[in-house]
Amino acid sequence: MSYSEIERQWTTRLRRRFVRLLPPEKLLPDNQPTYVSSWIYVFGVTTLSALMVVIASGCVLAIRGPQWWHTSSVGHFVNSLHLWSVEIFFFAMVVHLWGKYFMAAWRGGRSMTWMTGVVTFLVSIATAFTGYVSQTNFDSQWIATQAKDGINATGAGAYFNVLNMGQMLMWHIVLLPLVAVLLTALHVLLVRVKGVVPPFEEHAKVNA
Amino acid sequence: MSKKNFRPDVDAAPWKGGYSPYDIVKEATIALVIVALLTVILATLFGSPDEPAITIKTWSNAAPVDFAVTALSELNGTSGVAQYGAPYNTASKGQALGPLTLAKWVGPRIPVNTVTDFVIDPLKALPDQPLLTQGLKKWKNASHATRQSWVTNYTKASNKMTFTNGAIVVNATNAGPVPLFIDDLTQMAQSGALDQALVTQAGFYTTDYTLPLLFLADGSYLANQAARQHLTGDQWGMMNETGNYPGQAWLWLYTFWYQVAPFNSSGNGDVLVWGLMMALSAGLLLTPFIPGLRSIPRKTRVYRLIWREHYQSVEES
Repeated sequence: MSYSEIERQWTTRLRRRFVRLLPPEKLLPDNQPTYVSSWIYVFGVTTLSALMVVIASGCVLAIRGPQWWHTSSVGHFVNSLHLWSVEIFFFAMVVHLWGKYFMAAWRGGRSMTWMTGVVTFLVSIATAFTGYVSQTNFDSQWIATQAKDGINATGAGAYFNVLNMGQMLMWHIVLLPLVAVLLTALHVLLVRVKGVVPPFEEHAKVNA
Repeated sequence: MSKKNFRPDVDAAPWKGGYSPYDIVKEATIALVIVALLTVILATLFGSPDEPAITIKTWSNAAPVDFAVTALSELNGTSGVAQYGAPYNTASKGQALGPLTLAKWVGPRIPVNTVTDFVIDPLKALPDQPLLTQGLKKWKNASHATRQSWVTNYTKASNKMTFTNGAIVVNATNAGPVPLFIDDLTQMAQSGALDQALVTQAGFYTTDYTLPLLFLADGSYLANQAARQHLTGDQWGMMNETGNYPGQAWLWLYTFWYQVAPFNSSGNGDVLVWGLMMALSAGLLLTPFIPGLRSIPRKTRVYRLIWREHYQSVEES
């Protein structure tokens, strides 16, 4: 294969484009601008860590199926891990979101980073909701029968039937987590590509 | 970019200041370990709620008259599901967001016939019941008007319904097989057979609980249990869960609207809340492009607290 042939390969072109967009020193940086020193930055990585614990505990629950945690003390403990990691995940994500809002973190061409974050937040709410209605206990019965009216009123209930436990479980463990994880990955990559938003320049001449 | 055209809520000048060492892998590992430990501590200390599901057997044994009245409402067409509209039937046009009747446009894509699905078909599944078989045959051969008159006569007498000696008693006349249907369905429910009959209508394997959940929701037993657990709509509803657990606290804003006018009194409350939440979500998503909303961070100066050290060092230099 000639040199020019290798140059024309889709693989070569894609690799070059990716490396140009996100060189290794940006993907895994060993330094940060000095302004990145505040407690608020902790909540982004806390959200990611909680997401990992959510997925890990969910995978353990999946091994023995949706009824296991009702009949096994070990299963119930794993369910508790799943529940509390979700609570930490949302707490950290909401603080992260408000922190980024008050930093106006969309500035400097970072609007896509903001938007992927917001969509991830909304998808996470849907993911958690489908988990609550597929618990196969009293909570899931009550939440599903109450939530159906809101979703049915929009017309979406015809396709997204919250009373269909099988459908909700599939959305909870396959479709929505897949979207949430892909969006999270895209969000993190955008943060690495664009960098962390710098502080407002208080003394700059501005034209608001 | 010239300073003249600099938009402070949109633009950010590239950082020209200093850098400090940062070990991203170490930070991520430490965060993961701390979050995992915190999760284990919270799970050990507080556990998680698991109130067993209510079955139709539980309901019909605990409150047989409530069950029988609900079964009758399925038969006479006055139940919540019977009058629901889409996606279950065409009994009502459903809620409207201004001129938009979204549910009606989609139509009954999960068809539920409360008479056949909740009463007649389950009764057909009962074996070795000669009287019931006769009654079902009589029902099948009767005209619509006759069925209506039987159900109406039974309904009129049902306000004095009792559960006596293990049977539903209503002193109804000219009610055809309806008294037999209601009593047999109650006994079927009390044995647990109705739970099974409602979930197996689609075949041997099923994970779809639409029918039993709709039936349960039409009665008052499920709602009474929820009220005892502080889970009803006026108690911040579905964002809570049983016991003293935080539940879906992130749904607070969605649930909040159900507590205030006009949403808590409008017949279109659900679709109005959804419409409002969609608009608010779109606002959050598009914040970077909405003048005024995107200026709040700069004008409130909360960022001074976040970047406290940075501004201190700028002022000192």
